[in-house]
Amino acid sequence: MSQSSSPGPRPDPSVKNPSAKERPAEAPSKDPSAENSPAGKTLLRMARPRATKANALAALLAILLGFAVATQVRQNQSLGLESLRQSELVNILDNTTLRSSRLDQEARDLQATRDQLVSGSTSGAAALKAAQERLDALRILAGTSRARGPGIRMTIGDPGDKVTAPLLLDAIQELRDAGAEAIQVNNIRIVASTHFNQGASGVEIDGKSVTGPYSITAIGDPATMSSAMEIPGGLSENARQLGATINIDQVKDLTVGALHMPIAPRYARPVPVPAPT
Amino acid sequence: MIPALGLLVGLAVGLFLHPAVPLALQPYLPIAVIAALDAVFGGLRAVLDGIFNDKVFVVSFLSNVVVAAFIVFLGDQLGVGSQLSTGVVVVLGIRIFSNVASIRRHLFRA
Repeated sequence: MSQSSSPGPRPDPSVKNPSAKERPAEAPSKDPSAENSPAGKTLLRMARPRATKANALAALLAILLGFAVATQVRQNQSLGLESLRQSELVNILDNTTLRSSRLDQEARDLQATRDQLVSGSTSGAAALKAAQERLDALRILAGTSRARGPGIRMTIGDPGDKVTAPLLLDAIQELRDAGAEAIQVNNIRIVASTHFNQGASGVEIDGKSVTGPYSITAIGDPATMSSAMEIPGGLSENARQLGATINIDQVKDLTVGALHMPIAPRYARPVPVPAPT
Repeated sequence: MIPALGLLVGLAVGLFLHPAVPLALQPYLPIAVIAALDAVFGGLRAVLDGIFNDKVFVVSFLSNVVVAAFIVFLGDQLGVGSQLSTGVVVVLGIRIFSNVASIRRHLFRA
């Protein structure tokens, strides 16, 4: 059917590597000197346009061939995955799946690291907050910080110099019992180490002489503290028996402004506590 | 001459029109193109051998294309489409090479 399928007179040469030994095989079949011009002539003769039906058909086929070549080349350039065969697609899918799972693993690792870091920083912030709260509490306890809040202001007028240190100490103890958190007498902040002394010139608090009228400011629950002051047989009654006047005001917002200078302990040393884990 | 011009016209049309190959034809077009090229080179060789015949060329062209496409179709139906395509391409490539070798001997005597 096809012309090229009809074997030529020559033996089929080794195509990709035409070696010198083909030449003797073709030499006897044709005269080398006369070959070139007949070949050119033949080509020219056959190339002349002839108005035969078969020639037109051949031209049509050639147009189709050129069209198909161009189309296929363009198609091949523009095609992505759909031009691949099933096995290649499966291969690509496998690779993609593998890569995806690797990336998933990596994402999980990074997520875990991130969670760790975030929780670490939040627990650090929580620790900082707790430490700050503890510091605030300790500063109020130690009297190194001003305190502010609801409380009572109590004034003990002492016209006859009858008020003694034990009475003031009683007042302080009653206030503490009623939940006072920060206490100030005149300009002296009352802390754990505060001592009351009955000196020659009158009442001494922390070695400083204090004279009436005594103004006591206490921060705490105002109602509880004022009722604690007023209970029968309590501070108010004792003070009035001594001839002093006592006046109690409940205040919504007052400030304990006096500060206590802490003294570095000379003898006491803290016992190390194992850090909580 | 006219077929050669036709080839160029077809190439130009294909390049300018950007036609899309129908999905059903996609596996067969490359094989058909190679089969047609084989027919073209066979025809050229027949011209140089002095035995060219228009009718034979047209018939061989069409039958080459049809048979190549059919082989690929059969291979796809049997599940060995890619292997058969490769085989067809190899066979047609060998024939193109041998035809070109014969043409070369006619033109350059080498």
